[in-house]
Amino acid sequence: MKRRNIIQALIIAALAVFGAGSGAYAADTIKVGILHSLSGTMAISETALKETALMTIADINAKGGVMGKMLEPVVVDPASNWPLFAEKARQLLTQDKVAVVFGCWTSVSRKSVLPVFSELNGLLFYPVQYEGEELEKNVFYTGAAPNQQAIPAVEYLMSKDGGGAKRFFLLGTDYVYPRTTNKILRAFLKSKGVAEKDIEEMYTPFGHSDYQTIVANIKKFAAGGKTAVISTINGDSNVPFYKELGNAGLKATDVPVVAFSVGEEELRGVDTKPLLGHLAAWNYFMTLKNGENDKFIKMYKDWAKKSKLPNADKAVTNDPMEATYIGIHMWKQAVEKAKSTDVNKVIAAMGGQSFKAPSGMTVKMDEKNHHLHKPVFIGEVRADGQFNVVWKTPGPIKAAPWSPYIEGNDKKKDEPDVK
Amino acid sequence: MIRHVFILFWLAVAVSPVHAALNAAVVQQLAAPDTDQKISAIQQLALSAEPEAMRLLQALADDSLLLAGDKLVRIDGQRAFDAATSVEISPVPVNTESLVVNNRARGELATALAVLKLFGPNRDERLAAAKALEDNVDPIFIPVLERALAQEQDAEVKKMVAQAHALMALKSPDPAQRLAAVKTLGESGNPNLKIQFVALTSPANEADEQVRMAAQISLRALETRLAWGENISRIFSGLSLGSVLLLAALGLAITYGVMGIINMAHGELLMVGAYATYSVQNVFRNHFPDALDWYVLAAIPVAFFSAALVGVIMERTVIRWLYGRPLETLLATWGLSLILIQAARVIFGPQNMEVANPSWMSGGVELISNVVLPWNRLIIIGFALFVLGLMWVLLNRTRLGLFVRAVTQNRAMAGCVGVPTGRIDTLAFALGAGIAGLGGVALSQIANVGPDMGQGYIVDSFMVVVLGGVGQLAGAVWAALGLGVVTKFIEGWAGAVIAKIVVLVFIIIIIQKRPQGLFALKGRSVD
Amino acid sequence: MIKKRTPFVIRFLLATSRRGWIALGLFALVAWVLMPAAHLILPDGHPLHVSDYVITLGGKVMCYAIVAVAMDLIWGFAGILSLGHGLFFALGGYVFGMYLMRSIGLDGVYHSALPDFMVFLDWKDLPWYWHGTEHFLYIVLLVLLVPALVAFIFGYFAFRSRIKGVYFSIITQALTYAAMLLFFRNETGFGGNNGFTDFKRILGYPITAPEMRVTLFVLSALMLMFTLVLGRYLVTSKFGRVLAAIRDAESRVMFIGYNPLWYKLTIWTLSAMLCAVAGALYVPQVGIINPSEMSPANSIEIAIWAAVGGRGTLIGPVLGAFVVNLSKSWFTVAFPEYWLFFLGLLFVLVTLFLPKGVVGLWQRIRQRGVP
Repeated sequence: MKRRNIIQALIIAALAVFGAGSGAYAADTIKVGILHSLSGTMAISETALKETALMTIADINAKGGVMGKMLEPVVVDPASNWPLFAEKARQLLTQDKVAVVFGCWTSVSRKSVLPVFSELNGLLFYPVQYEGEELEKNVFYTGAAPNQQAIPAVEYLMSKDGGGAKRFFLLGTDYVYPRTTNKILRAFLKSKGVAEKDIEEMYTPFGHSDYQTIVANIKKFAAGGKTAVISTINGDSNVPFYKELGNAGLKATDVPVVAFSVGEEELRGVDTKPLLGHLAAWNYFMTLKNGENDKFIKMYKDWAKKSKLPNADKAVTNDPMEATYIGIHMWKQAVEKAKSTDVNKVIAAMGGQSFKAPSGMTVKMDEKNHHLHKPVFIGEVRADGQFNVVWKTPGPIKAAPWSPYIEGNDKKKDEPDVK
Repeated sequence: MIRHVFILFWLAVAVSPVHAALNAAVVQQLAAPDTDQKISAIQQLALSAEPEAMRLLQALADDSLLLAGDKLVRIDGQRAFDAATSVEISPVPVNTESLVVNNRARGELATALAVLKLFGPNRDERLAAAKALEDNVDPIFIPVLERALAQEQDAEVKKMVAQAHALMALKSPDPAQRLAAVKTLGESGNPNLKIQFVALTSPANEADEQVRMAAQISLRALETRLAWGENISRIFSGLSLGSVLLLAALGLAITYGVMGIINMAHGELLMVGAYATYSVQNVFRNHFPDALDWYVLAAIPVAFFSAALVGVIMERTVIRWLYGRPLETLLATWGLSLILIQAARVIFGPQNMEVANPSWMSGGVELISNVVLPWNRLIIIGFALFVLGLMWVLLNRTRLGLFVRAVTQNRAMAGCVGVPTGRIDTLAFALGAGIAGLGGVALSQIANVGPDMGQGYIVDSFMVVVLGGVGQLAGAVWAALGLGVVTKFIEGWAGAVIAKIVVLVFIIIIIQKRPQGLFALKGRSVD
Repeated sequence: MIKKRTPFVIRFLLATSRRGWIALGLFALVAWVLMPAAHLILPDGHPLHVSDYVITLGGKVMCYAIVAVAMDLIWGFAGILSLGHGLFFALGGYVFGMYLMRSIGLDGVYHSALPDFMVFLDWKDLPWYWHGTEHFLYIVLLVLLVPALVAFIFGYFAFRSRIKGVYFSIITQALTYAAMLLFFRNETGFGGNNGFTDFKRILGYPITAPEMRVTLFVLSALMLMFTLVLGRYLVTSKFGRVLAAIRDAESRVMFIGYNPLWYKLTIWTLSAMLCAVAGALYVPQVGIINPSEMSPANSIEIAIWAAVGGRGTLIGPVLGAFVVNLSKSWFTVAFPEYWLFFLGLLFVLVTLFLPKGVVGLWQRIRQRGVP
């Protein structure tokens, strides 16, 4: 009795495997993959990027599409699960045959999909600031490299206006982005003459929610001289950290905290009154005043209302959203220049593309290194959860994915290896 | 140099009896793009000691000093005034831009305001102002401080002002003054002074032997105080973490501990409570802005009943069919937790929600100078005790509690003597869920409110209940507090990651020794 | 008595009935011949062509199926619910990942003999536990031994203290949680949060070649079949009966004179080893191993596969792993916003209405005579 079950079950299973293989094809559209987690721990940040991508695509379609063809977004949910990212990337490239993928947030998700993109010669646009130390032919990085975010921020903290910090408390979640950033910063600080005893590095596990001990440590450390905290704490842990900071009476005027992963979207979840004056460094802030940004903000707010997103009336834009927006537009320009969606042709056409970005400056894709030339802004948190821009670079600066502050990187080429 | 000339000039103005409108040029300088200029304007205004200057600086601090065109306007409620002359401007200008005040300027602004407030009528305000001057005050304010010192009547305020003054006197060329300053500061216990004392103990920085000795003594006294403070705050943070763990776990102590349901959706019940708090806060914000500070109190019953309602629905639809099959409740409730998480994501969006601490839960009480006990944590410890007491009374002193205990001990017998077992199950589960909702209220005050928040507490909650011994309220209390304090002490020397690992290994070992938890029920029942 | 004299191999093979063998044979035909042929021989546009996506997905799900069977061996047949089986799966994966990292050779980002993440942490030498990991056979041995050792030590103390039921489940959860935190640390020497990725080759053959992919697929199928045959042998043997007795009434078994410790420990360790092998096969197919495989949620999901398919049967967990994972793969594309509702509902409905899982449903339909 049981054995017959086995036979039948196996046939069903085999059919299921085959069944999953068939994909649908639509004619005369260009398929575009969107690979952002919509569930799991990263949904909190990545959902907004999916919306931005859909908005940008709808906008491009409304203006006639790309080379007369409509873009057809294919949204999948890798569920904050890293092996699933690789599986979904393969699915987008081989089953759905998308021309390009916009996606990923965490470094580990990018590392997980990289082999798939280089094996299948796909094209990925990665919109988030990251640790550098990477340059892949199949990836365009529209977020900041460390020299476009971390280093200017620290320079600002050391300047007179930034408070002239002498001691630095490097606090992060224990994963590769904080580790690399802190490694680069440590080398940078040393080159500026900061002594070893004036730098403290500390890491917490993912999802850490009790910052009492750490805030006490910061206080103790800060007693030794003008201190700034450089925070690479990842998303969810920021709320408990800032709440603890506020309640322990550490004000930004005494010990400023500069964060690299806290933007407008994250501050929506925090009561910002105690955070007044803490800093963030980005390549874009929602408060920037220029025509492009007004257009971008209005477009997103309308989109949020139209697609009935929860809390649409409070919708905000942030840096990775801007990077997504830039990425999609640049890809469109490159396709139009190459007159093809062929990956190699598009890659060749990407170098040197420029785009008038919502940051108010014209950003340019570097001819060689697959990173953008972007401006850097430093903002102080306002009571309404937005940022006052207190410092900015005079113009866009070139990305250095191989940080000169890491040993051995001087020998690295500033362009992807050709395989 | 020029700045100092300026200051002398303004000092002269400050002592002159003419209290006319503020100097328009200086006021206008507040809008200067250069921070140095801005700060110098702030200091000049402070030195003028005019009530008008204070109003203006306060407006700058409150972000109600705006730039309309190139004219500075002070907004007060619905009305607008010219910043320098205080003449009312009507209509209120539109198209205003707020002044950018960066951290450095804001620090100087706070100092300036504190200096001005030293002469205020209210004693508490003067004390707070003097305290704000404890760490950083620009030497240009020395004469002002001396004036305040001479004029101050209240002993405590006077002491604080003296300390602020002494901090500057440390740099005085006169050894006697320095000695007096070191002695004054030795009593303060301010941890930021340590670096100053250390510097003063070395002959390279301090020529005078006596001052060095005094600094040495002050340093030692300070260090003892700091060490004490550190231990106190470590125990406090342990207790606080313990109380949070306890609040997170108490609901589970009923649903799992008493009823035997492995409720993997427990974390999501916490989430329901936290979202309820958020919703109540929004209702208050929109409809009762005056009573906003008390929204947390209103949130307590709302969170309790909404989580209990979710609990009733869960129990009626799913869990009641699974009694006696504990491991299957695990699977079903896991499914329920996925549904609840996604429901929260669809209804409230995937982002974290902002839940603000009410003002009476913000900030902290300073026990000694390096120990600040945050109000929200103190109140949460109290709240944990309250919930614990509530649960104890409900379980041990009410008819419902009696029935719950009867049903869990012997369902058939309880049914025979007329206990409506089905309804009691529902009520008991609802109670557990409601208690979890109360935990959610507490968590919303210290951590994230988002769809995934429950996942972070589920493992910890189970550890607490299991370590304490299933079915033991007292066990859960000891386990939670013990875990909290142990975690914090290990974290002190080994870091957060190792502390967590060590504690987990510790739990595994304890369970080896006491397979039924620390406080196992004594009995001879065979499974 | 007669049985005792029959050689072990015969007894082992006879445990599975003829029909079982036919089923396995059919499965082998599909997994070893039809699928590889459809992937390798048929051209890309052919309607019956099996894409590399299907091959990797199929290989992945078969690895999950092995874990589900291993879970069922201890849960369904010995009554021990582990909420930490993801640990053994991940350990197997990590051990094999060490080999994969070493065989990258000088082709990494930093062109160093050390794995990239070590160069990055400024380590000059391999830590001691990485020594010898470039040898394939040594690694195969380690894949079996490391998880077995962890399982044995943990199991010995846990079963000796007679930790049972939910207590056991919770401490296994604590174990995998602690291990996850440990592996998240960069200093532990396993690449921290990023884990291992960017593998290049196995035994000198490039890992992305279609042949390699098919080989791994076929190996996974082979391992799944072996697990099923082994499982059948174990549960029909005397050993399996004692286990069932322990599951149903441990105290009575003790009173008769058996020591449950060794029975439990054997099946527990064996189950961990099966998971480890599955993990080792899984890593090269998905291309990444990182500590989130050890998260408690993943381990709970393993239990769910077994429950959905049907506890206490061998084919059930296989079905469960296929149903849950394929529906997850499909839902996440078809309804990216709502798939958690479906998945959650699936778990609830299965526990409520199909206490014996999909297999139980099948039996019920047959007994009622409904086709």
